[in-house]
Amino acid sequence: MSKEMTIHLKYWKQNGPNDAGHFEEYTLDNVNEHMSFLEMLDVLNEELMLADKEPVEFDYDCREGICGSCNLVINGQAHGPKARVAACQLHMRNYKDGDHITIEPPRAAAFPVIKDLVVDRSAFDRIIEAGGYVSVKTGSAGEANAILVEKEKADAAFDYATCIGCGACVAACPNASASLFTGAKIAHLNKLPQGEVERKNRVVAMVDQMKEEGFGDCSNFAECEAVCPVGISISAIAEMRRDYMKAALRGD
Amino acid sequence: MKLDSKVPGGPLEQKWDKHLKDINLVAPNNKRKYEIIVVGTGLAGGAAAASFAELGYNVRSFCIQDSARRAHSIAAQGGINAAKNYPNDGDSIWRLFYDTIKGGDYRSRESNVYRLAQVSNEIIDQAVAQGVPFAREYGGTLANRSFGGAQVSRTFYARGQTGQQLLLGAYQAMMRQVHTGKIKYHPRHEMLDVVVIDGQARGIITRDLVSGELNRYEADAVVLATGGYGNVFYLSTNAKNSNVTAAWRAHKKGAAFANPCYVQVHPTCIPVSGDYQSKLTLMSESLRNDGRVWVPRKKGDDRHPNDIPEEERYYYLEERYPAFGNLVPRDVASRNAKMVCDDGLGVGETGLAVYLDFRDAIKRDGRDTIEAKYGNLFEMYENIAGENPYKQPMKIYPAVHYTMGGLWVDYNLQTTIPGLYAAGEANFSDHGANRLGASALMQGLSDGYFVLPYTIGDYLAKQEPGKRYGTDHEAFAEAENAAQSKIDKLLNVNGNRTIIDFHRTLGKIVWDKIGIARNAEGLKSAIEEIRELREEFWQNVKVPGEKNNYNKYLEFAGRVADFFELAELMAQDALDREESAGCHLREEYQTEEGEALRNDEEYSYVAAWEYKGLNGKLEEQLHKENLEFEFVELKQRSYK
Ligand SMILES: Cc1cc2nc3c(=O)[nH]c(=O)nc-3n(C[C@H](O)[C@H](O)[C@H](O)COP(=O)(O)OP(=O)(O)OC[C@H]3O[C@@H](n4cnc5c(N)ncnc54)[C@H](O)[C@@H]3O)c2cc1C
Ligand code: SF4
Ligand code: FES
Repeated sequence: MSKEMTIHLKYWKQNGPNDAGHFEEYTLDNVNEHMSFLEMLDVLNEELMLADKEPVEFDYDCREGICGSCNLVINGQAHGPKARVAACQLHMRNYKDGDHITIEPPRAAAFPVIKDLVVDRSAFDRIIEAGGYVSVKTGSAGEANAILVEKEKADAAFDYATCIGCGACVAACPNASASLFTGAKIAHLNKLPQGEVERKNRVVAMVDQMKEEGFGDCSNFAECEAVCPVGISISAIAEMRRDYMKAALRGD
Repeated sequence: MKLDSKVPGGPLEQKWDKHLKDINLVAPNNKRKYEIIVVGTGLAGGAAAASFAELGYNVRSFCIQDSARRAHSIAAQGGINAAKNYPNDGDSIWRLFYDTIKGGDYRSRESNVYRLAQVSNEIIDQAVAQGVPFAREYGGTLANRSFGGAQVSRTFYARGQTGQQLLLGAYQAMMRQVHTGKIKYHPRHEMLDVVVIDGQARGIITRDLVSGELNRYEADAVVLATGGYGNVFYLSTNAKNSNVTAAWRAHKKGAAFANPCYVQVHPTCIPVSGDYQSKLTLMSESLRNDGRVWVPRKKGDDRHPNDIPEEERYYYLEERYPAFGNLVPRDVASRNAKMVCDDGLGVGETGLAVYLDFRDAIKRDGRDTIEAKYGNLFEMYENIAGENPYKQPMKIYPAVHYTMGGLWVDYNLQTTIPGLYAAGEANFSDHGANRLGASALMQGLSDGYFVLPYTIGDYLAKQEPGKRYGTDHEAFAEAENAAQSKIDKLLNVNGNRTIIDFHRTLGKIVWDKIGIARNAEGLKSAIEEIRELREEFWQNVKVPGEKNNYNKYLEFAGRVADFFELAELMAQDALDREESAGCHLREEYQTEEGEALRNDEEYSYVAAWEYKGLNGKLEEQLHKENLEFEFVELKQRSYK
C-alpha cells in the first residue's frame, strides 16, 4: 500500500496587489506519497472549504509541465526541490512524514500579486509582443522544404523554443531579471534562417521592452538556469547581450 | 431548425476551389469597418485571430488562461499530419482524405475532410515560415514519422512537443497583431454567453476573471474556438480549464450540438492512483510498438509482476487479435483493457490497470536501444508513478482524450446561428466517430489559418459595415443579467458538498455508462442518475468566496453546471444511435468477434440536437444531416 504522511503547510494569502499579505498555516494528515504537489493543494482547499474557510488560489492548467501556468516558490525554491520539473510535476514522495513546507508566489516587481499565489505575468506577453516572432503573414509562406536547415541548428532552436514562460527564472534571480526568458526566444529565432532576417530589430525591441517592464539586469548569478524546469541554457543570455551590443553600437 | 451543410457541388477535388471562386469578398478598405470576436487562443483560435488581423479586420481575442500561449493545445505531443509525401511512400491528398474518412468510421462529411487534406500542406509551410523548429533530417529537410491508422509516414513533429511549438507559432503571430493594435487581447476572461440580435450573433458576455466584473462586447461575427469537452468525465488528459461552457451556452441560444456521444479514449495513460487524482497523463501510443500488454490469468494474483511466470500471463491483445496484436487501433485497445479489468483481472491498488511490459524488448534489442527510443517517456512515467519501467512493467489504463462531437457547423464552419462560427475541437466537423492521431492539430490550424479567413468574409460581405446596435441593447442586458443570476445562484446555495466532489461523481457516472462501452439499460439509468445529481448540485453545492474577486472555484462551479446538462445530452445521443461506430460502442451492436457493427442504412447521419428547454429534464430535438458518400465505398473494419 502507498504511504501516507503528515505535512505542515505555511502558505501565502494576499487579497490583491494592495493588500500587505500574510502567511497561514495548516497541517494535512493524509498526504499520499503518489499525490502531485498541486493535488496536495487541492486536498488542502477541499478541507478549508468544508470548514468554511477561504481556499488558497494558485495558477495551473495542464498539470504536466508544459503550459507554464504553475509558478509556486516552495521552501524558497522556484518549482520546488526537484531539478528540471515544474511544480505540477513534483510528487509528494519527494517529501517525508512531518515535513514543513512553505509556499509563496514568485516575488518580483514586474509580477504583481493578483491573489494569494496567483501573479500577473502579462509583462512576458508584452516582451513577445515587442518582437518575439517572424513577420510572416498567413498564406505568404513558401514551400517548407525550399530552405534547408541543418539538423544541429534545428535541434538547438528547439531546445531554446521549449521555454514554457513560467517565470521561475525571474523568481529565482536576485535581480528579478527576465533575461533567460527573453534570451530563449531570441536564441530560438536566431538559429533558424526564417528568424535570422529580423535578428537586429528583434533583440533591441525585446530587450528594451524587458527593461521597461521593470525587470532587473542580469549579473550572471545563473540561478535562473538552475530552476528552469526545461533546462534553458544561459548561453541564450550571452547571445542576447552580444546581439544587443552590436545592434546598439550600429545605432539601428 | 433546418440543417443546410452548404456543401458546394461538383467533383470532390474541385469543391473548395470552386467555393473560393464563388464566395463574396470584403474589399480591403472595408475590412477595418468590421470587428470579429475570437473566443479561445488554442491552435484554432490563435491562428484565426492572427489571420483575421493580418487581413485588416479588427479582432478581439479572449482566453481563460493568463496568456494565450497556455491554451490546452500546448500539451499535444505526437505530431501533425500533412500530405506532403516527402518520404515518397505514396502519400497524397486523396490518401490522407481516405484514411481520415475510414478512421472516422464513415461518419464525417466527405467535402470537409477532403478540404482538410488539401490545406494540410500549407499548414506545414506556414509553421516553418514562422520558425517552428520541426524535426529535420541530416540533409536539412523536414523529418516524418508514422502514426496509427496510416500506412505512410506523414506526421511532422517537434520531438514530443509538437503542440507546444505549433501553438507558440500561432501565439507569436497573434502577438505581432496585438502590437499593431489590430487585436485587442483579453486573457483571464471567460465567455459566459453569446448575444443574439435578430437571429444573428452580435456579441458576447464575459467575466473578467481577476475583478469578477461582467462585460459586454459587440461585434459583426463571433468565432468559438474553445476546445473539447472531455473534462465532463472529470478525469481526462485535458487541461484543467478545458470546458464546454462557451459551446454549451451557444447551444442554449440556438446552435445545434452534433454527435455529443463521440468521445475518444486513449489506451495508454498512467492509471488513477487515488481519489485525489486531478487529471490523467497520456503516454505516447508509440510504446505499443515494443511493449507487450498483459494481465495475470488468475484473479487477485498479487505477486510482483516479475514473479508471474510466462504461462500465467494473459497477453490478451496478442491472443484475441493475432494479426495486429498490441498494435490494434485506439478504441479496440481501450475496450479490451476495460473488459479484462471488468473481469477482475486488473492490476495495481485500484484493479484498474493493465501491464505494458518491455522485458522482452529489452532482452531482444538491449536496454540502450529501448532507451534511445523511449527514454523521455520512461523518465516521465517514473516521475509520476514512482516505478522504473526498465525493471518492471508499466501500468497503464485508458483515459478520455478527445471529443469528436461539438457544435454543428456547415461547410463554412458556421453554426446554426448566423454569424456564429466554431473551429477546432469545439466543432464536430472532420473526424466522424473517431479521430486519427496527429489530425486534431491539423484540423485546428486548417480551420484557423485557411478556412475561416475566407468563409467569414462571405458572411461579413453581406452585413452592413459598421452597423452597431450598442451594448445597451436589451439582448445584451438580458444575457448579462442571466449570467449574473447564474453566478449569484451558485454562490447562494451554500451547501455541504464541494464542486470537485460533484464533478468527480458526475465523471464516474459518465465514465461507467457513457464511456468505452455503452448499452441501452446503462444509458437510461445514466440519464436518471445525472438528473438526480444535477438536482442535488443546485441544492447542496458549496461555492466559496466572492463574485468580485479572483475565484477559481466559482469559475469551476459554472463549468460543472454546464457539464451536468451536456452529460444528459451525451447519454441521449448515445441511446439514439442504435449502432456502433468508431468510438461509440453499443454492446448490443457488435459483430460475432466483438467488433463495432455499423448500421449504414439507418444511422449514416450526423445527429444535430436543438435545445428546447430544461426543466428537471433536458429537452432536445434531433435533426439529422444525412451523410452521402459519393466518392468512397463504405467498409467494415477488421483487425483480426
Ligand atoms: C495530452 C494530449 C496530447 C495530444 N496530442 C495530439 C497530437 O499529437 N496530435 C494531434 O493532432 N492532436 C493531439 N491532441 C489533441 C489536440 O491537442 C487538441 O484537440 C487541440 O489542440 C485543440 O485545439 P483547439 O484550438 O480547438 O482548443 P484548445 O487548445 O483546447 O483551446 C481552447 C481555448 O479556448 C479558451 N476557452 C475555452 N472556454 C472558454 C470560455 N468560456 N471563455 C473564454 N475562453 C475560453 C481556452 O482558454 C483556450 O484558449 C492531444 C490532446 C491531448 C490532451
Ligand atoms: S526560461 Fe525557463 S524558467 Fe524562465 S520562463 Fe522559460 S521555462 Fe520558465
Ligand atoms: S500546470 Fe502547466 S506547467 Fe504546471
